[in-house]
Amino acid sequence: MAEERKLRILIAKPGLDGHDRGARVIARAFRDAGFEVVYTGCHQTPEQIVSTAIQEDVDLIGLSILSGAHRYSFPRIMELLKENNAEDITVIGGGIFPLEDIPKLKAIGIKEIFEPGAKLDDIVQWVRTNVKPRKAMVA
Amino acid sequence: MSIVNQILAGDVRAVARLLRDIDDQMPSAREILKELYPHTGKAYILGFTGSPGVGKSTLVDQIAMEYRKRGLTVGILAIDPTSPFTGGAILGDRIRMQRHFLDSGVFIRSLATRGHFGGLTKSTNDMITVLDAMGKDIIIVETVGVGQDEVDIANCAHTTVLVTIPGMGDEVQAIKAGIMEIGNIFVVNKADREGSRKTVRELRNLIELGLRRLGDQHWEPPIIETEALKGRGIPELLDAVEKHRQYLMENDRSQWEAVTQKRAKTQLLETLREEALAELLRRMANRGVSLDDLVRKVTARETDPYTVVQDLLQCELK
Ligand code: B12
Ligand SMILES: Nc1nc2c(ncn2[C@@H]2O[C@H](COP(=O)(O)OP(=O)(O)OP(=O)(O)O)[C@@H](O)[C@H]2O)c(=O)[nH]1
Ligand SMILES: [Mg+2]
Repeated sequence: MAEERKLRILIAKPGLDGHDRGARVIARAFRDAGFEVVYTGCHQTPEQIVSTAIQEDVDLIGLSILSGAHRYSFPRIMELLKENNAEDITVIGGGIFPLEDIPKLKAIGIKEIFEPGAKLDDIVQWVRTNVKPRKAMVA
Repeated sequence: MSIVNQILAGDVRAVARLLRDIDDQMPSAREILKELYPHTGKAYILGFTGSPGVGKSTLVDQIAMEYRKRGLTVGILAIDPTSPFTGGAILGDRIRMQRHFLDSGVFIRSLATRGHFGGLTKSTNDMITVLDAMGKDIIIVETVGVGQDEVDIANCAHTTVLVTIPGMGDEVQAIKAGIMEIGNIFVVNKADREGSRKTVRELRNLIELGLRRLGDQHWEPPIIETEALKGRGIPELLDAVEKHRQYLMENDRSQWEAVTQKRAKTQLLETLREEALAELLRRMANRGVSLDDLVRKVTARETDPYTVVQDLLQCELK
């Protein structure tokens, strides 16, 4: 009997700063929404993030950045996903971004950006609407 | 390439996806497992259990490093609890294992208990089959760490390491009845803290009192002090695991046979229980028997669960 598939999400924080409060708040909100959240904390390199996302078979990568590190790390993560044939994984970001950066991030495939003050309910609802657990492999 | 061949070739993406399908109990995963099973039985399975926060993940990280130094590949299954209220989970064991993320010789998977009791998940044994088939030499399972009833690991791992910390003397007393008996090796982690020696003595006393595994009377469980954060005691721990493995192989591998048979039996019975129940429910549905109706009748005391099951079995299994 097949159970309903659970959404699996990776929450990671690229960059060298320690602003992990947002990432923790989001991880908890996703758990409370019934999702399985792999949390790897601060100081993650793009390589570590993509490797973890693949090993954990997540449907969504949520990146938290308040330090400006998105300018390097977001494009690199998208590149690595492509190299590993894992572009089907949805990527979103949250934190602090200069206004002019947001269209650029969306252009490279980041699906959505959530800024300070974003409501947790809205974020959860966005995920429910836009991310579905992937289908089973066919033997 | 077929999925089976991808797994056997160690394709990480295919392995990761299959593990998900297994966790979600997809019927297609069963078919792949059937084909993988003949390729398994090569890996050595190591279990880490103990109360929350004693340092299991940090130890697993260190011991994985030590195995890598010795040229072996490692698969890790790290289990954290599912929230009983929301069905969601935060899986944080990986935080302690970051330096392995880019090593292709290490595969790490975080698992949520999803309402399963006993310290493992429903899917753990099948996931071990996959990691074994992909060629990992050592498979390490970190149990959920909720405390006393985590005895499933003893029927799953070849060697079980029970982790405690200094100052857990009273706790050791309290848990001795259940969980103490499952340890083949005892670790007193956080040995940098006060009272480490004392905890070792208390454990030694309990072991001398005969609190050890049934059928394991000739194995004297070693007690190893470690400081996982700094890597102290890790080579000693690995040597103890190796000694236990050698012990299992002694005397014509009689202990080894017993351990691997116990593993197979557990897996067989688990599968039987699950499949038999599913099949029975399917047949009932086909005949138009409503489970809800039966529940109502039992609730109203019109009948009882024993008679209902007896009748069902007689009807469906003839
Ligand atoms: C609290 C705080 C700290 C705390 C951090 C505690 C912690 N463990 O997180 C402390 C005091 C340690 C700290 C230190 C520093 N901080 Co500070 N800090 C803040 C502050 C005031 C609030 C951040 C916060 O926690 N907000 C609460 C959380 C819940 O909100 P959030 O992270 O924004 O998350 C929300 C959304 O952004 C979104 N979101 C966030 N992540 C994600 C991820 C996903 C997947 C999704 C879907 C959504 C999402 O959803 C959340 C809910 O709405 C901000 C200013 C601000 N108003 O944002 C500065 C700020 C981030 N800090 C800043 C700086 C410069 C520093 C320091 C370098 C020095 C300093 N000036 O204090 C040090 C760095 C220390 C270090 N090594 O990291 C700057 C960064 C500037 C920049 N972008 O370049 C800021 C913006 C202040 C400023 N205006 O100058 N800081
Ligand atoms: N002082 C000290 N702290 C340690 C040692 N080993 C681990 N810790 C710390 O203990 C805390 C818990 O470590 P984990 O490895 O996450 O423990 P765990 O048993 O896996 O925890 P759960 O999975 O939550 O049950 C962390 O803050 C570690 O840094 C040690 O040898 N000495
Ligand atoms: Mg842990």
